[in-house]
Amino acid sequence: MSDVSKIMFVMRKAPYGTIYSFEGLETVLIMGAYEQDVSLLFVDDGVYSIKKGTDTTPLGIKNFSPTFRVLEGYDIEKLYIDKESMDSRGLTLDDFVVEPEVLDKEQIAKLMEEQDVLFPF
Amino acid sequence: MKFAVLVQEGPYHHQSSDSAYQFVTAAMDKRHEIIGVFFYHDGVINSSKLADIQADDRNITKRWSEVGEKGVDLVVCIAAAKRRGINDDVLAPGFRISGLGQLTEMAIKSDRLVTFGA
Repeated sequence: MSDVSKIMFVMRKAPYGTIYSFEGLETVLIMGAYEQDVSLLFVDDGVYSIKKGTDTTPLGIKNFSPTFRVLEGYDIEKLYIDKESMDSRGLTLDDFVVEPEVLDKEQIAKLMEEQDVLFPF
Repeated sequence: MKFAVLVQEGPYHHQSSDSAYQFVTAAMDKRHEIIGVFFYHDGVINSSKLADIQADDRNITKRWSEVGEKGVDLVVCIAAAKRRGINDDVLAPGFRISGLGQLTEMAIKSDRLVTFGA
């Protein structure tokens, strides 16, 4: 096994109904400092985590979607999105604060197979 | 095999801490090594000694403390703990509070990281 682990974060849940996504992102930011091969995958309602123009003011909760934009500064450049999750919610790449690579289910399965660690959030 | 375990849910509210405990004890019985259990999200509440459990129910925190007595590192995430009122004053025996760096170390050093959560 090499010194660098392949770590994938799977963002599965809507960003503001529960804390999973927010605390998941906190973990991503910490692990970014450990010089591992980190990637993020957005699936299911997790695709809303990176949606542009969300107004969380009525909720009284801080909008953390823009934080996904700083990941590049942490050398986390591998962002992926599940095509079916995106399409079924009527979203396109123009709707996001970052530019994830669009993958189908087979490509995602292959990518997951290559990982040493998967973190579902 | 070297396992690390991530517990993401609170005790009694959710099956995940029970399942994690069953997994950890079964793995140890089969001579696998548990390099650590990391408590995140509401999972940090597993560490509170303030819980007062009825006699006919299992005591989840006490069970974890027994696992800790066997030398398993029980790590509670500090960021998640602060939000939920968990600090050293309420920490049950065997637990310690530390950062997400510990989870990173566990992820890298284990052969398998097993997540118990929603």
